[in-house]
Amino acid sequence: MDLLEYQGKQLFARHGVPVPAGKPARSVDEAVAAADEIGYPCVVKAQVQIGGRGKAGGIKVAQNQDEARQHADAILGMDIRGLTVHELWIEGASEIDAEYYASVIFDRSAKAPLVMLSTKGGMDIEQVAEEGPDAIARLHVDPLVGFQDFHGRRLAFEAGVDGDVVRPVGAMLAKLYDVFIAEDTTLVEVNPMIITPERQVKALDAKVTLDDNAMYRHPDNAELRDLSAEDPQERMAKERGLTYVKLDGDIGILGNGAGLVMSTLDVVAQAGGRPANFLDAGGGSKAEAITSAVEVILSNDKVKAVLFNIFGGITRGDEVAKGLIEAFAQVKPTVPFVVRLDGTNDEEGRRLLADANLPNVVTESTMDGAAAKVVELAAA
Amino acid sequence: MSILIDESTRLCVSGITGREGTFHSLRNRDYGTQVVAGVTPGKGGQDVAGIPVFDTFHEAVADTGANTAMIFVPPRFAADSILEAEDAGIELIVAITEGIPAHDELRVYNALKNHGRARLIGPNCPGILSPGKANVGIIPAAFFKQGNVGVVSRSGTLTYQIGNVLAQQGFGNSTIVGIGGDPVPGSDFIDILGLFQEDPETELIVMCGEIGGDAEERAAEYVAEHVTKPVVAYIAGFTAPPGKTMGHAGAIVSGSKGTAAAKAEALEARGVRVGRTPTQVAEVAVSLLGAAA
Repeated sequence: MDLLEYQGKQLFARHGVPVPAGKPARSVDEAVAAADEIGYPCVVKAQVQIGGRGKAGGIKVAQNQDEARQHADAILGMDIRGLTVHELWIEGASEIDAEYYASVIFDRSAKAPLVMLSTKGGMDIEQVAEEGPDAIARLHVDPLVGFQDFHGRRLAFEAGVDGDVVRPVGAMLAKLYDVFIAEDTTLVEVNPMIITPERQVKALDAKVTLDDNAMYRHPDNAELRDLSAEDPQERMAKERGLTYVKLDGDIGILGNGAGLVMSTLDVVAQAGGRPANFLDAGGGSKAEAITSAVEVILSNDKVKAVLFNIFGGITRGDEVAKGLIEAFAQVKPTVPFVVRLDGTNDEEGRRLLADANLPNVVTESTMDGAAAKVVELAAA
Repeated sequence: MSILIDESTRLCVSGITGREGTFHSLRNRDYGTQVVAGVTPGKGGQDVAGIPVFDTFHEAVADTGANTAMIFVPPRFAADSILEAEDAGIELIVAITEGIPAHDELRVYNALKNHGRARLIGPNCPGILSPGKANVGIIPAAFFKQGNVGVVSRSGTLTYQIGNVLAQQGFGNSTIVGIGGDPVPGSDFIDILGLFQEDPETELIVMCGEIGGDAEERAAEYVAEHVTKPVVAYIAGFTAPPGKTMGHAGAIVSGSKGTAAAKAEALEARGVRVGRTPTQVAEVAVSLLGAAA
């Protein structure tokens, strides 16, 4: 899960990473109260997970209460590249001597954490990387050894930070590494990491990705939410324990197993259709899970036809058929369904479906045939 | 021949007394796999349908000569169980468990690599099947028969789909290896490709990848340099949008990295044929090996 800037900063603060004092706000009044408490000048920042907030007008400095009110009013509800701003973060304005970049990344390729530091902060790091290999200092850390002082020194010297801040920058990297490990994150990024006129190091931004699989170790983090990024269908699916990703087409997809579902989306696209979602009903799905999945798929009113593509291993074809029959009884879908059932108990499943004689349900024996059929029905 | 598992496999199951653990252990035994032990701390001395249960892996290995472990415990206990199996001298560890924290996987991977004693397959994988010889995991064996096609895949059900279209063309399999859909798999495509290259029974290798990471790109390099047998690939996730995890923790396009198109391109640039659908994979296999049946 990706955190909002302020959620990341609150996490940082718990681990001793210096951040400007600030408060979150969900209304103009809350924002003004926060600004009064923090003092002026302060910065009103839109909380959405997308770059270019400043350029879009989502970050403004307020010199006094009137300006704080004006900015909060303008930014709340603003649309920034498709995301609506529901939350603000009000923080004390910082004086800046230098802007650096720092990050700790879960490097899948190297199978080790990767720590990066650059003196070219405040801009898009991918652009900085294009300037050449020397623009960013990089170092892999043995996860069984952990981040040592020498790692910090090497990175600071190699990146070419000002001599008087080599130690504090190294210490900052050590703290970010602490956050990375202690909070089970897969990304901790600070851009910019600033040097103040007093030569102190501070995190002016925070980008943190938490590992969903480790949430049981962090009950506090599991409570964090990003209202702007949550899709109603995705939330509904999550509550029901289904893996669902909303897409922008009109063909609902249900399958078992992530790889097969991804492949189904591709085959439907190759047949000329546009998938409306990814939905993995999981291994060993029982009838109730299937019924529940149908409800989630149909809650997206763009869906014009639905494809079931099941290759049962643990999942049994008869359970899938029972779930679909139950879904028809409960939801009474008005769109056509194409069902392809193979694998464990497939014959029984197909027989159950034939006996139920559901309106608008077509069975197909191959994945390719089923994809072609559902595309045809969605276009009709 | 086959790779990783065969008639000499002596399997010990961690989590054998759980519902899923019992079910699949017995299915593996019914297939002919020698399931010699189970481990559940606190339940030592009991048995599961005649399979003795031990408190620790060390006891299980000492008493039964187990050489392979299957991990079926919940995510929060899985890293510990893998490390225990390795400490007890198990050479091959197959971790079925889905949902293990990424940092746990990182620690386990690096510990096993440093010690150099055990090979880990998975986690979050369907296991390994050497048709006619042994089945370790949850792959539905009934769909596969013995033959000359080796399969290595990041996905379970997709493997069944591809195995099925291959079977319809008359092909059987030497071994099917599910390496799993997590960000840090214990074994990668290149580890398994190397084993298939050395296996005399395997004449063609099918590798089944998906979006996320760069394992397929690295496999392409490896094939060009080290694999003389024909390799056919399939990549799932051409339509996946960036930034969304598609079911598997490892299946995510980050920025411009990890797309299916980039992977297919890297493979094709190295001479690996890439089927655009599972059906096409089987067609390419036929064109390379001739109709098998």
